[in-house]
Amino acid sequence: MSTDRIVGIDLGTTNSLVAFMQGESPVVIPGEDGLNLVPSVVALDARDQIIVGNAARKYLIETPKRAIYSIKRLMGRGLEDIRDELKLFPFQLAEDLQTGEVLRIKLGEKTFTPPEISAFILRQLKRNAERFFNAPVTKAVITVPAYFNDAQRQATKDAGRIAGLEVLRLVNEPTAASLAYGLDKKQNGIVAVYDLGGGTFDVSILKLHDGIFEVIATNGDTHLGGDDIDNLLIKVAIDDILGDANLDVSRNGEAVARIRKAVIEAKIALSSQLETTLDIELPEGKRYQREITREQFEHLIKPIIDRTVGPCKQALKDAGLKPQQIDEVVLVGGSTRIPKVRALVEELFQRKPHADLNPDEVVALGAAVQANILGGGSEATENMLLLDVTPLSVGIEVAGGVTDKIILRNSTIPASATQYYTTQIDGQANVAIHVLQGEREMAKDCRSLARFDLKGIPPMTAGLPRIEVKFLIDANGILHVSAREQRSGKESEIEVQPSYGLTDDQVESMILDSFDYAEEDFRQRQVIEARNEAETILAALEKGKKTPAWGNLTSDEKKKIAKLEKALIEVKGEDDHSAIRKAIDFLNQGTMRLAELMMDTAVSTVLKGKSMDEADMGEGSETGHPVARADFE
Amino acid sequence: MENVESNTSMMANAEATATCWSCGTMRAVHFCSACGKVQPPEPVDYFTFFGLSRRLNLDAVLLEREFYELSRKLHPDLCARADKREQEWSLEQSSLLNDAYRTLKDPIKRTEYLLRLEGVELEEQSKAATEKARTTGEVKKQVVPPDLLEEVFELNMQLEELRAQKKLGEDDPALIEEIGKQKLELEEKYESLSEELKAYWNDWDRLADSANEESRLKVRDKMVDLLNRRSYIRNLVRDVNEVLEN
Repeated sequence: MSTDRIVGIDLGTTNSLVAFMQGESPVVIPGEDGLNLVPSVVALDARDQIIVGNAARKYLIETPKRAIYSIKRLMGRGLEDIRDELKLFPFQLAEDLQTGEVLRIKLGEKTFTPPEISAFILRQLKRNAERFFNAPVTKAVITVPAYFNDAQRQATKDAGRIAGLEVLRLVNEPTAASLAYGLDKKQNGIVAVYDLGGGTFDVSILKLHDGIFEVIATNGDTHLGGDDIDNLLIKVAIDDILGDANLDVSRNGEAVARIRKAVIEAKIALSSQLETTLDIELPEGKRYQREITREQFEHLIKPIIDRTVGPCKQALKDAGLKPQQIDEVVLVGGSTRIPKVRALVEELFQRKPHADLNPDEVVALGAAVQANILGGGSEATENMLLLDVTPLSVGIEVAGGVTDKIILRNSTIPASATQYYTTQIDGQANVAIHVLQGEREMAKDCRSLARFDLKGIPPMTAGLPRIEVKFLIDANGILHVSAREQRSGKESEIEVQPSYGLTDDQVESMILDSFDYAEEDFRQRQVIEARNEAETILAALEKGKKTPAWGNLTSDEKKKIAKLEKALIEVKGEDDHSAIRKAIDFLNQGTMRLAELMMDTAVSTVLKGKSMDEADMGEGSETGHPVARADFE
Repeated sequence: MENVESNTSMMANAEATATCWSCGTMRAVHFCSACGKVQPPEPVDYFTFFGLSRRLNLDAVLLEREFYELSRKLHPDLCARADKREQEWSLEQSSLLNDAYRTLKDPIKRTEYLLRLEGVELEEQSKAATEKARTTGEVKKQVVPPDLLEEVFELNMQLEELRAQKKLGEDDPALIEEIGKQKLELEEKYESLSEELKAYWNDWDRLADSANEESRLKVRDKMVDLLNRRSYIRNLVRDVNEVLEN
């Protein structure tokens, strides 16, 4: 059972989480720092070690060139997609980047693709889960924004593979959230999920029917979220500073990072307060201070949050529903804490939205529910089944550069379409197919997914071959294409050139590269194990001090033990497992006599030479050991 | 929607006499009725997939229930731990199920699909025409349904006029109102076509098993004609919207 544990992962723009189904309810697995949220920040420390999460955050300010956040915005994207992003985010691209190549981001002197950086985050989550279960974790369900296109989904799946995770399913975030909600209230009806996160916006409309979660329509914007609010506030502050202090900080990475931190804090404060102060230390000993009221804030962000209205209306229209027909509205994502956003949702759907579950955690919890379903289900998830849709139409380019849509958006997945092709000239052996994703009429306005080259068509007169090409979108929302020449029955060979994304070979080599880090994982695990052992012996010592045996030790012996104890406590916080082991051994040696004294005389001969932690045995299978009796003496 | 078929469950129709690859007992078409394993898909039309005969009247509620039931048997989520082969079949079977459901639940798509099964190349014809228009650069000519001729002629004149006005940066409220009124009429006509279509469904279903090939063809052609008229009106309304919104 435990070997086949499947975890649910929310790989977010701002924060990431890992959750699993504990008995009948999903729970988030905390990190070593005890926190549920792992900030999606990756940094390279002075020794070129990868640091992830809370520990990496300080690098954003200290060494901005060695830290990165919001990498999700770059997943599955090309150079030309992110021109606007680059103006707003301190992403540094590799200098030797070629057009058409998968993006590579500079982190210190090294470069990584977005899937590799995401893999560092996933690896941290995997580690957290392994620490929690004390067992390896290799399978996961990962959530993606519902409006993610094929390339963005593929990039997420690649990230999972690089991190050593078999991605059993990609689940759309709003749908996952509805699963978490649906678990408590098994009821039928129409639910709208409004999900405004750090970098992405999704809206999904679902029909709940006896455990079936059927998505009817989905819409969104993969570049709309809390980040955009932050960037706007940063811009306002930078302009202000230039005006007031005549100081241009826009190119000062550290100053911008400070401003960013301060505006985020102000944004969060304004969800519960009516006003707050921005107070930022600037270079040249200057200071930027400014009062900001909620009213001003709401006025500033209106154009951003208003961008969620169009997708909501389109989703309703696609679902063929009026706002009054929605039974419940659910809020997901940290940005839905903003009162103005809640007011907007209430107005749009004419209904007070639900936010019973923590909007930061609900997606991960839903992913854990889906993981449980995939793992065979349990009593809690019995009869639960998710029927999701593809957010964007898939089409092929036909004469005149026009898109011919073959699978329409909001089709339940898996979905398929079959097209027939023939040749234009005698003996033609290849046919090229250009596959697109999007709603626009012209191919150039849609997103290019891939160019397929059908090869090895048997030589025939023009127009005679009949090549059947099957397009299939799987339950992850990822497209697969296969082809067959019908007259010869020959399976055509397809050469795929993904427009954006890594080839299989590239992913394989990244998995190999990641073994360097796997070694790092192994070291970390050794540290964790040594630490656990240190805890055990220290706890046993505490217990020993309360026994009469402690009083029988000489003061020298007690002093020596205290010294060794202190040494172990100091070293256990460090990342050096052999040092921890050494300190454990010393403490064991030093407490040998205490252990002996603690033992009942009748059995002390048998246990002679046993160390402190072995002698404690107050728990587990060895309860009833003489030492337990010694406690009562 | 009334169900012309008898009240027997569709599931009963879906029984088949093949054997399960896994346990060898008799199975339903898509999954084994004894052990539940997903079976390799067979190339069938959408009606057959649901165990339905080729009738145009169908009970939407029953179809939905059947869709949910089959989803619970075939969806890949339920085969995540099965062997690779069964996972593959589950993917194909459930995509077929979804494609079939999507087509059959929509009255127009269902009619078009059935007509295609009957050998009418609705989509291909319009596609071919579109292709030709694109390659030759000519405007695609659509045959104006005779009963709409007069209206369409007038509406096109008015649209031309409005376009010209808009180019000059002015617009005539009276003209916009007049066009809006015509648009409304077209939309009403569009809606009424759905009712008309349902009358043909009844004719078609009644004749489905009859040997009277000639009557069947007559109904078929009427439906083709109606669908053409329908798409003509739809394009017209789209044009009107474009001019009004720009």
